[in-house]
Amino acid sequence: MNVRLYVWQRGTAALMVPLVAVHLAVIFYATRQGLSAADILSRTRGSIAWASYYGLFVAAVSIHAAIGVRNVLTEWSPLTDRSAGRLAVAFGLLLAVLGFRAVAAVVL
Amino acid sequence: MPERLTELSVSLWRGGAEGRYETYRVPRRDSQTVLDVVTYVQRHIDPTLSYRFACRVGMCGSCAMTVNGRPRWTCRTHVAKVAGSGTLEIGPLENLPVIKDLATDMAPFFEKWREAKGAFAPSRTRADAMPPIRPDSSARIAADAAIECINCGVCYAACDTVRWNADYLGPAALNRAWTLVNDERDAGNAARLAAVAAGGGCHACHSHQSCQEHCPLSLNPTASIAGLKRRTTRAYLKGELKP
Repeated sequence: MNVRLYVWQRGTAALMVPLVAVHLAVIFYATRQGLSAADILSRTRGSIAWASYYGLFVAAVSIHAAIGVRNVLTEWSPLTDRSAGRLAVAFGLLLAVLGFRAVAAVVL
Repeated sequence: MPERLTELSVSLWRGGAEGRYETYRVPRRDSQTVLDVVTYVQRHIDPTLSYRFACRVGMCGSCAMTVNGRPRWTCRTHVAKVAGSGTLEIGPLENLPVIKDLATDMAPFFEKWREAKGAFAPSRTRADAMPPIRPDSSARIAADAAIECINCGVCYAACDTVRWNADYLGPAALNRAWTLVNDERDAGNAARLAAVAAGGGCHACHSHQSCQEHCPLSLNPTASIAGLKRRTTRAYLKGELKP
């Protein structure tokens, strides 16, 4: 891992600290208040705030996890750095597509 | 009171990368070190045994071996400390090619010192006056904490990241780079920071701290590597490093 990947991985980790905390708080709130799917969707549909919040979360997760997977592959598999990098990019894109699709499903 | 041991059972690695442990009986002596045990085998049992040592007093860093599974400097490791049961297993250092028996090829270890720009790059000529370095300056204190490395290779042998990543420069080379980064007389930091910020550099370290745990001089290469991480990150964010 070079310094650029290090900065991106640590930077996204720092960004995710408050995002994860709020995400957990939202889960506890939604379950303890007994919110139905319709209640939740009524709050998220058309909300720029929730779209931005979870959009940022998905972007941070995709970058952070892809760099971590690249490190695991370079250390634990016989793949070359280039191949590990390509697989990691593909993994990051998959996470981004799945994540943004989920965000779109609740805010659009 | 337990009966005092009169003899040790000593298994030594024999051969190259493909080899085996062979067991010898060695008399137990007072104040005996692991290096004394190896020397006894070579002088009294099998003169073809290959191993490396020089100073015998913990200064030269050439006698490191794997002793009962841990990398250690053998000249300063007393048998009483590591072989209470009277059994010793001594092999070559891990993470380095075995030449023969207990002698490893240290070339990759020192090659990485070069890659980490571990050589002093002078900023003045001999015609210039010596620059004053204050002993209480923060850079001098940071360099002092890491400077006493004897290049024994124990940290390199103990490091999991070295085992997993052939490109990783390793704790000793990075620790050396950190001393030079803090040397106000050195002029090579642009190239040095670029070298340690590349793939296989300081950011590959997982901070397992095996280097610190095993260093016979109780140095803390993990702390030096953390210093390099901070310094290179700052340089990268300022646009001074282009990885």
